Amino acid sequence: MFEPINFILNLEWMGLGMLGIFIVMGIIIGATYLLNHIFAKIDAKKKNK
Amino acid sequence: MEFLYENFTHITWQMGVMWVIGAALIFLAIKFEMEPTLLLPMGFGAILVNLPFSGAIGEHGPLTTLYNAGIANELFPLILFIGIGAMIDFGPVLSNPKLMLFGAAAQFGIFFTLCLASIFFPINDAAAIAIIGAADGPTAISVAIKLNSEKLPAIMVAAYSYMALVPLIQPPVIKMLTTKKERLIRMDNTAKTVSKQTRILFPIIITVVAGLFAPDSVALVGFLMFGNLMRECGVLDSLSKTAQNVLANLITIFLGITIASQMQAEQFVQWETLLVIGLGLFAFIFDTAGGVLFAKFLNLFLKKKINPMIGAAGISAFPMSGRVVHKMGLKEDPQNFLLMHSIGVNVSGQIASVIAGGLILNFFL
Repeated sequence: MFEPINFILNLEWMGLGMLGIFIVMGIIIGATYLLNHIFAKIDAKKKNK
Repeated sequence: MEFLYENFTHITWQMGVMWVIGAALIFLAIKFEMEPTLLLPMGFGAILVNLPFSGAIGEHGPLTTLYNAGIANELFPLILFIGIGAMIDFGPVLSNPKLMLFGAAAQFGIFFTLCLASIFFPINDAAAIAIIGAADGPTAISVAIKLNSEKLPAIMVAAYSYMALVPLIQPPVIKMLTTKKERLIRMDNTAKTVSKQTRILFPIIITVVAGLFAPDSVALVGFLMFGNLMRECGVLDSLSKTAQNVLANLITIFLGITIASQMQAEQFVQWETLLVIGLGLFAFIFDTAGGVLFAKFLNLFLKKKINPMIGAAGISAFPMSGRVVHKMGLKEDPQNFLLMHSIGVNVSGQIASVIAGGLILNFFL
Protein backbone atom coordinates (compact mmCIF):
# COMPACT_ATOMS: atom_id res chain seq x y z
CA MET A 1 0.00 0.00 0.00
CA PHE A 2 1.07 3.60 -0.54
CA GLU A 3 -1.19 6.21 1.11
CA PRO A 4 0.72 9.49 1.70
CA ILE A 5 -2.42 11.07 3.18
CA ASN A 6 -2.10 8.71 6.16
CA PHE A 7 0.94 10.70 7.29
CA ILE A 8 -1.21 13.80 7.77
CA LEU A 9 -4.13 11.85 9.25
CA ASN A 10 -1.91 10.23 11.87
CA LEU A 11 -0.17 13.43 12.98
CA GLU A 12 -2.93 13.59 15.58
CA TRP A 13 -1.53 10.41 17.21
CA MET A 14 1.93 11.98 17.21
CA GLY A 15 0.62 15.02 19.06
CA LEU A 16 -1.36 12.94 21.52
CA GLY A 17 1.53 10.55 22.09
CA MET A 18 4.08 13.28 22.80
CA LEU A 19 1.59 15.13 25.01
CA GLY A 20 0.84 11.91 26.89
CA ILE A 21 4.48 11.05 27.45
CA PHE A 22 5.33 14.54 28.72
CA ILE A 23 2.35 14.48 31.09
CA VAL A 24 3.24 11.06 32.54
CA MET A 25 6.94 11.91 32.83
CA GLY A 26 6.01 15.29 34.33
CA ILE A 27 4.00 13.56 37.04
CA ILE A 28 6.89 11.17 37.73
CA ILE A 29 9.30 14.14 37.94
CA GLY A 30 6.96 15.89 40.38
CA ALA A 31 6.64 12.75 42.51
CA THR A 32 10.44 12.32 42.54
CA TYR A 33 11.02 15.92 43.65
CA LEU A 34 8.42 15.39 46.37
CA LEU A 35 10.10 12.17 47.56
CA ASN A 36 13.52 13.83 47.59
CA HIS A 37 12.12 16.81 49.51
CA ILE A 38 10.29 14.72 52.14
CA PHE A 39 13.14 12.30 52.81
CA ALA A 40 15.83 14.99 52.77
CA LYS A 41 13.91 16.68 55.61
CA ILE A 42 13.50 13.42 57.53
CA ASP A 43 17.20 12.62 57.10
CA ALA A 44 18.16 16.12 58.27
CA LYS A 45 15.98 15.71 61.37
CA LYS A 46 17.58 12.35 62.13
CA LYS A 47 21.04 13.87 61.81
CA ASN A 48 20.12 16.74 64.14
CA LYS A 49 18.88 14.29 66.78
CA MET B 1 21.59 -43.00 -2.66
CA GLU B 2 18.94 -40.46 -3.56
CA PHE B 3 18.02 -39.99 0.10
CA LEU B 4 21.46 -38.43 0.68
CA TYR B 5 21.09 -35.54 -1.74
CA GLU B 6 17.32 -35.20 -2.08
CA ASN B 7 17.24 -32.35 0.43
CA PHE B 8 19.64 -30.28 -1.69
CA THR B 9 16.97 -29.94 -4.37
CA HIS B 10 14.75 -28.08 -1.91
CA ILE B 11 17.26 -25.29 -1.22
CA THR B 12 15.91 -21.98 -2.48
CA TRP B 13 17.72 -18.70 -3.17
CA GLN B 14 15.72 -17.14 -0.33
CA MET B 15 17.25 -19.67 2.05
CA GLY B 16 20.67 -18.71 0.71
CA VAL B 17 19.90 -15.06 1.51
CA MET B 18 18.97 -16.04 5.06
CA TRP B 19 22.23 -17.99 5.48
CA VAL B 20 24.13 -14.90 4.43
CA ILE B 21 22.11 -12.77 6.87
CA GLY B 22 22.74 -15.32 9.62
CA ALA B 23 26.47 -15.36 8.86
CA ALA B 24 26.53 -11.55 8.84
CA LEU B 25 24.86 -11.41 12.27
CA ILE B 26 27.37 -13.93 13.66
CA PHE B 27 30.23 -11.94 12.10
CA LEU B 28 29.00 -8.66 13.61
CA ALA B 29 28.59 -10.34 17.00
CA ILE B 30 32.07 -11.89 17.06
CA LYS B 31 34.20 -9.42 15.10
CA PHE B 32 32.69 -6.16 16.36
CA GLU B 33 31.08 -7.44 19.58
CA MET B 34 27.77 -5.87 18.56
CA GLU B 35 25.14 -7.13 21.02
CA PRO B 36 26.75 -10.59 20.80
CA THR B 37 24.38 -12.10 23.34
CA LEU B 38 21.50 -11.59 20.90
CA LEU B 39 22.98 -11.28 17.44
CA LEU B 40 24.95 -14.52 17.70
CA PRO B 41 21.98 -16.75 18.70
CA MET B 42 19.83 -14.93 16.15
CA GLY B 43 22.41 -15.44 13.41
CA PHE B 44 22.84 -19.12 14.19
CA GLY B 45 19.09 -19.56 14.47
CA ALA B 46 18.58 -17.87 11.09
CA ILE B 47 20.72 -20.58 9.50
CA LEU B 48 19.15 -23.36 11.57
CA VAL B 49 15.56 -22.59 10.59
CA ASN B 50 16.37 -22.06 6.92
CA LEU B 51 17.61 -25.55 6.15
CA PRO B 52 15.11 -27.46 4.01
CA PHE B 53 12.53 -29.24 6.20
CA SER B 54 14.32 -28.01 9.34
CA GLY B 55 13.30 -30.12 12.32
CA ALA B 56 13.85 -27.12 14.61
CA ILE B 57 10.59 -25.55 13.44
CA GLY B 58 7.19 -26.81 12.33
CA GLU B 59 4.30 -27.89 14.51
CA HIS B 60 6.36 -29.87 17.03
CA GLY B 61 9.77 -28.26 16.46
CA PRO B 62 11.59 -27.18 19.62
CA LEU B 63 11.91 -23.57 18.47
CA THR B 64 8.18 -23.40 17.70
CA THR B 65 7.50 -24.78 21.18
CA LEU B 66 9.83 -22.20 22.71
CA TYR B 67 8.20 -19.44 20.65
CA ASN B 68 4.72 -20.39 21.83
CA ALA B 69 5.90 -20.79 25.42
CA GLY B 70 7.93 -17.62 25.74
CA ILE B 71 7.47 -15.10 22.94
CA ALA B 72 3.88 -15.41 21.73
CA ASN B 73 2.66 -14.83 25.30
CA GLU B 74 5.38 -12.15 25.96
CA LEU B 75 6.81 -14.14 28.86
CA PHE B 76 10.50 -13.99 27.83
CA PRO B 77 10.62 -10.21 27.27
CA LEU B 78 8.83 -9.61 30.55
CA ILE B 79 11.11 -11.91 32.56
CA LEU B 80 14.11 -10.27 30.90
CA PHE B 81 12.77 -6.95 32.14
CA ILE B 82 13.12 -8.18 35.75
CA GLY B 83 16.82 -8.67 35.09
CA ILE B 84 17.17 -5.31 33.35
CA GLY B 85 15.35 -3.58 36.22
CA ALA B 86 17.75 -5.20 38.68
CA MET B 87 20.71 -3.91 36.63
CA ILE B 88 19.57 -0.27 36.49
CA ASP B 89 20.73 2.28 39.03
CA PHE B 90 18.18 5.10 38.97
CA GLY B 91 20.47 7.20 41.23
CA PRO B 92 21.58 9.75 38.59
CA VAL B 93 18.02 10.50 37.53
CA LEU B 94 16.72 10.56 41.12
CA SER B 95 19.31 13.14 42.08
CA ASN B 96 18.35 15.28 39.07
CA PRO B 97 14.73 14.40 38.15
CA LYS B 98 14.38 17.03 35.41
CA LEU B 99 16.64 14.84 33.25
CA MET B 100 13.52 12.74 32.71
CA LEU B 101 12.21 15.43 30.34
CA PHE B 102 14.86 14.38 27.82
CA GLY B 103 13.70 10.79 28.08
CA ALA B 104 10.24 12.00 27.08
CA ALA B 105 11.51 14.21 24.23
CA ALA B 106 13.61 11.41 22.77
CA GLN B 107 10.49 9.33 22.09
CA PHE B 108 9.65 11.72 19.24
CA GLY B 109 11.09 9.28 16.72
CA ILE B 110 8.53 6.65 17.70
CA PHE B 111 5.53 8.84 17.02
CA PHE B 112 7.03 10.45 13.91
CA THR B 113 7.84 7.02 12.47
CA LEU B 114 4.29 5.93 13.26
CA CYS B 115 3.04 8.61 10.85
CA LEU B 116 5.68 7.72 8.29
CA ALA B 117 5.08 3.96 8.47
CA SER B 118 1.32 4.44 8.15
CA ILE B 119 1.94 5.51 4.54
CA PHE B 120 3.08 1.97 3.72
CA PHE B 121 1.48 -0.29 6.33
CA PRO B 122 -1.83 -0.78 8.15
CA ILE B 123 -1.91 1.11 11.45
CA ASN B 124 -1.20 -1.90 13.70
CA ASP B 125 1.94 -2.75 11.72
CA ALA B 126 2.92 0.93 11.52
CA ALA B 127 2.64 1.30 15.31
CA ALA B 128 4.64 -1.90 15.87
CA ILE B 129 7.34 -0.72 13.45
CA ALA B 130 7.47 2.70 15.12
CA ILE B 131 8.23 1.12 18.47
CA ILE B 132 11.60 -0.01 17.09
CA GLY B 133 12.48 3.57 18.05
CA ALA B 134 12.01 2.64 21.70
CA ALA B 135 15.51 1.16 21.30
CA ASP B 136 14.32 -1.51 23.65
CA GLY B 137 14.01 -5.07 22.41
CA PRO B 138 11.55 -6.44 24.99
CA THR B 139 9.20 -3.45 24.52
CA ALA B 140 9.35 -3.81 20.73
CA ILE B 141 8.55 -7.53 20.92
CA SER B 142 5.79 -7.06 23.45
CA VAL B 143 4.05 -4.26 21.53
CA ALA B 144 4.37 -6.03 18.16
CA ILE B 145 2.86 -9.22 19.59
CA LYS B 146 -0.04 -7.40 21.27
CA LEU B 147 -0.78 -5.49 18.06
CA ASN B 148 -0.72 -8.78 16.17
CA SER B 149 1.81 -7.40 13.69
CA GLU B 150 2.86 -9.59 10.77
CA LYS B 151 6.17 -7.77 10.72
CA LEU B 152 7.32 -9.17 14.07
CA PRO B 153 10.49 -10.95 12.81
CA ALA B 154 11.79 -7.89 10.94
CA ILE B 155 10.91 -5.66 13.92
CA MET B 156 12.83 -7.90 16.32
CA VAL B 157 15.88 -8.05 14.08
CA ALA B 158 15.83 -4.28 13.48
CA ALA B 159 15.31 -3.44 17.17
CA TYR B 160 18.26 -5.49 18.37
CA SER B 161 20.54 -4.67 15.45
CA TYR B 162 20.06 -0.91 15.84
CA MET B 163 20.67 -1.13 19.58
CA ALA B 164 24.04 -2.59 18.68
CA LEU B 165 24.60 0.12 16.07
CA VAL B 166 23.92 3.07 18.41
CA PRO B 167 27.63 4.07 18.39
CA LEU B 168 27.43 4.36 14.59
CA ILE B 169 23.95 5.91 14.23
CA GLN B 170 23.92 8.60 16.91
CA PRO B 171 27.21 10.56 16.56
CA PRO B 172 26.58 11.90 13.02
CA VAL B 173 23.04 13.00 13.96
CA ILE B 174 24.27 14.72 17.13
CA LYS B 175 27.09 16.45 15.25
CA MET B 176 24.74 17.61 12.52
CA LEU B 177 22.38 19.24 15.03
CA THR B 178 24.90 20.86 17.39
CA THR B 179 27.66 23.41 17.09
CA LYS B 180 31.17 22.82 18.49
CA LYS B 181 30.44 25.50 21.10
CA GLU B 182 27.37 23.62 22.26
CA ARG B 183 29.25 20.32 22.44
CA LEU B 184 31.84 22.00 24.67
CA ILE B 185 29.29 23.06 27.30
CA ARG B 186 30.32 21.71 30.69
CA MET B 187 27.76 20.60 33.24
CA ASP B 188 27.85 20.55 37.02
CA ASN B 189 28.90 17.08 38.20
CA THR B 190 28.08 17.33 41.91
CA ALA B 191 25.64 14.52 42.61
CA LYS B 192 23.05 14.94 45.36
CA THR B 193 22.66 12.00 47.69
CA VAL B 194 19.43 10.08 47.27
CA SER B 195 17.80 8.55 50.34
CA LYS B 196 17.18 4.82 50.48
CA GLN B 197 13.47 5.45 51.00
CA THR B 198 13.30 7.40 47.73
CA ARG B 199 15.09 4.59 45.90
CA ILE B 200 12.59 2.07 47.29
CA LEU B 201 9.47 4.14 46.69
CA PHE B 202 10.46 5.26 43.16
CA PRO B 203 9.80 1.93 41.37
CA ILE B 204 6.49 1.55 43.19
CA ILE B 205 5.34 5.07 42.28
CA ILE B 206 6.39 4.67 38.63
CA THR B 207 4.41 1.43 38.39
CA VAL B 208 1.31 3.06 39.85
CA VAL B 209 1.56 6.21 37.67
CA ALA B 210 2.26 4.24 34.48
CA GLY B 211 -0.47 1.77 35.32
CA LEU B 212 -3.03 4.54 35.84
CA PHE B 213 -2.16 6.48 32.67
CA ALA B 214 -1.16 3.69 30.32
CA PRO B 215 -2.66 0.44 31.67
CA ASP B 216 -1.29 -1.58 28.78
CA SER B 217 2.24 -0.68 29.81
CA VAL B 218 1.81 -1.93 33.35
CA ALA B 219 3.18 -5.43 32.73
CA LEU B 220 6.36 -4.05 31.13
CA VAL B 221 6.82 -1.23 33.65
CA GLY B 222 5.82 -3.48 36.53
CA PHE B 223 8.36 -6.21 35.74
CA LEU B 224 11.10 -3.63 35.14
CA MET B 225 10.33 -1.91 38.43
CA PHE B 226 9.97 -5.19 40.32
CA GLY B 227 13.55 -6.00 39.32
CA ASN B 228 14.64 -2.56 40.47
CA LEU B 229 12.79 -2.88 43.78
CA MET B 230 14.66 -6.15 44.44
CA ARG B 231 17.91 -4.28 43.78
CA GLU B 232 17.12 -1.32 46.02
CA CYS B 233 15.28 -2.92 48.92
CA GLY B 234 18.52 -4.13 50.45
CA VAL B 235 17.17 -7.47 51.68
CA LEU B 236 17.09 -9.42 48.39
CA ASP B 237 20.67 -9.09 47.25
CA SER B 238 20.92 -12.74 46.30
CA LEU B 239 17.73 -12.59 44.20
CA SER B 240 18.79 -9.29 42.65
CA LYS B 241 22.15 -10.74 41.59
CA THR B 242 20.44 -13.85 40.22
CA ALA B 243 18.03 -11.69 38.21
CA GLN B 244 20.91 -9.55 36.87
CA ASN B 245 23.07 -12.48 35.84
CA VAL B 246 21.65 -15.99 35.73
CA LEU B 247 18.03 -15.14 34.92
CA ALA B 248 18.89 -12.48 32.33
CA ASN B 249 21.48 -14.75 30.70
CA LEU B 250 19.16 -17.76 30.55
CA ILE B 251 16.35 -15.77 28.99
CA THR B 252 18.75 -14.10 26.55
CA ILE B 253 19.98 -17.49 25.29
CA PHE B 254 16.43 -18.61 24.53
CA LEU B 255 15.23 -15.20 23.35
CA GLY B 256 17.79 -14.86 20.56
CA ILE B 257 17.40 -18.31 19.07
CA THR B 258 13.62 -18.29 19.49
CA ILE B 259 13.36 -14.94 17.70
CA ALA B 260 15.31 -16.56 14.87
CA SER B 261 12.54 -19.15 14.50
CA GLN B 262 10.53 -16.34 12.93
CA MET B 263 13.25 -15.55 10.39
CA GLN B 264 12.05 -18.11 7.88
CA ALA B 265 12.98 -17.25 4.32
CA GLU B 266 9.47 -17.19 2.85
CA GLN B 267 8.32 -14.66 5.48
CA PHE B 268 11.54 -12.68 5.83
CA VAL B 269 12.93 -12.24 2.31
CA GLN B 270 10.46 -9.58 1.14
CA TRP B 271 10.98 -5.98 0.09
CA GLU B 272 8.75 -4.99 3.02
CA THR B 273 11.41 -6.30 5.43
CA LEU B 274 13.85 -3.75 4.01
CA LEU B 275 11.20 -1.06 4.43
CA VAL B 276 10.66 -2.04 8.09
CA ILE B 277 14.41 -1.95 8.72
CA GLY B 278 14.67 1.45 6.99
CA LEU B 279 11.77 2.87 9.02
CA GLY B 280 13.40 1.55 12.20
CA LEU B 281 16.52 3.52 11.31
CA PHE B 282 14.36 6.64 10.85
CA ALA B 283 12.89 6.07 14.30
CA PHE B 284 16.35 5.95 15.87
CA ILE B 285 17.50 9.07 14.01
CA PHE B 286 14.42 11.11 14.92
CA ASP B 287 14.58 9.93 18.56
CA THR B 288 18.12 11.25 18.73
CA ALA B 289 17.13 14.47 16.99
CA GLY B 290 14.13 14.91 19.31
CA GLY B 291 16.30 14.71 22.43
CA VAL B 292 19.02 17.03 21.08
CA LEU B 293 16.60 19.64 19.74
CA PHE B 294 14.61 19.64 22.99
CA ALA B 295 17.81 20.38 24.93
CA LYS B 296 18.60 23.21 22.51
CA PHE B 297 15.08 24.55 22.99
CA LEU B 298 15.45 24.50 26.79
CA ASN B 299 18.78 26.31 26.46
CA LEU B 300 16.90 29.29 25.01
CA PHE B 301 15.40 29.87 28.46
CA LEU B 302 18.08 28.56 30.84
CA LYS B 303 20.84 30.64 32.39
CA LYS B 304 22.93 27.57 33.12
CA LYS B 305 23.12 25.90 29.72
CA ILE B 306 22.74 22.18 29.15
CA ASN B 307 25.04 20.33 26.80
CA PRO B 308 22.48 19.38 24.12
CA MET B 309 24.29 16.12 23.39
CA ILE B 310 22.84 14.61 26.57
CA GLY B 311 19.36 14.84 24.99
CA ALA B 312 20.40 12.13 22.54
CA ALA B 313 20.87 9.68 25.41
CA GLY B 314 17.11 9.74 25.95
CA ILE B 315 16.65 6.77 23.66
CA SER B 316 16.58 3.76 25.89
CA ALA B 317 19.50 1.78 24.43
CA PHE B 318 21.05 1.42 27.88
CA PRO B 319 23.92 2.03 28.58
CA MET B 320 25.28 2.36 25.01
CA SER B 321 23.62 5.68 24.30
CA GLY B 322 24.80 7.26 27.57
CA ARG B 323 28.35 6.09 26.88
CA VAL B 324 28.30 7.37 23.29
CA VAL B 325 27.37 10.87 24.47
CA HIS B 326 29.99 10.76 27.23
CA LYS B 327 32.69 9.70 24.75
CA MET B 328 31.65 12.45 22.32
CA GLY B 329 31.96 14.98 25.15
CA LEU B 330 35.45 13.72 26.00
CA LYS B 331 36.47 13.84 22.36
CA GLU B 332 35.55 17.53 22.17
CA ASP B 333 37.12 18.36 25.53
CA PRO B 334 39.03 15.73 27.57
CA GLN B 335 37.92 17.47 30.80
CA ASN B 336 34.20 17.45 29.96
CA PHE B 337 32.63 14.60 31.93
CA LEU B 338 29.02 14.11 30.86
CA LEU B 339 28.61 10.51 32.01
CA MET B 340 26.48 11.22 35.09
CA HIS B 341 24.02 13.31 33.09
CA SER B 342 24.00 11.12 29.99
CA ILE B 343 23.40 7.95 32.00
CA GLY B 344 20.65 9.74 33.95
CA VAL B 345 18.95 10.70 30.68
CA ASN B 346 19.54 7.19 29.31
CA VAL B 347 17.84 5.60 32.32
CA SER B 348 14.90 7.98 32.02
CA GLY B 349 14.69 6.97 28.35
CA GLN B 350 14.23 3.40 29.53
CA ILE B 351 11.19 4.44 31.56
CA ALA B 352 9.84 6.76 28.84
CA SER B 353 10.16 4.15 26.09
CA VAL B 354 8.12 1.64 28.06
CA ILE B 355 5.47 4.28 28.72
CA ALA B 356 5.51 5.21 25.02
CA GLY B 357 4.92 1.54 24.24
CA GLY B 358 2.00 1.55 26.65
CA LEU B 359 0.55 4.68 25.04
CA ILE B 360 0.83 3.11 21.59
CA LEU B 361 -1.06 0.09 22.90
CA ASN B 362 -3.67 2.39 24.50
CA PHE B 363 -4.20 4.06 21.13
CA PHE B 364 -4.33 1.05 18.85
CA LEU B 365 -5.27 -2.04 20.84
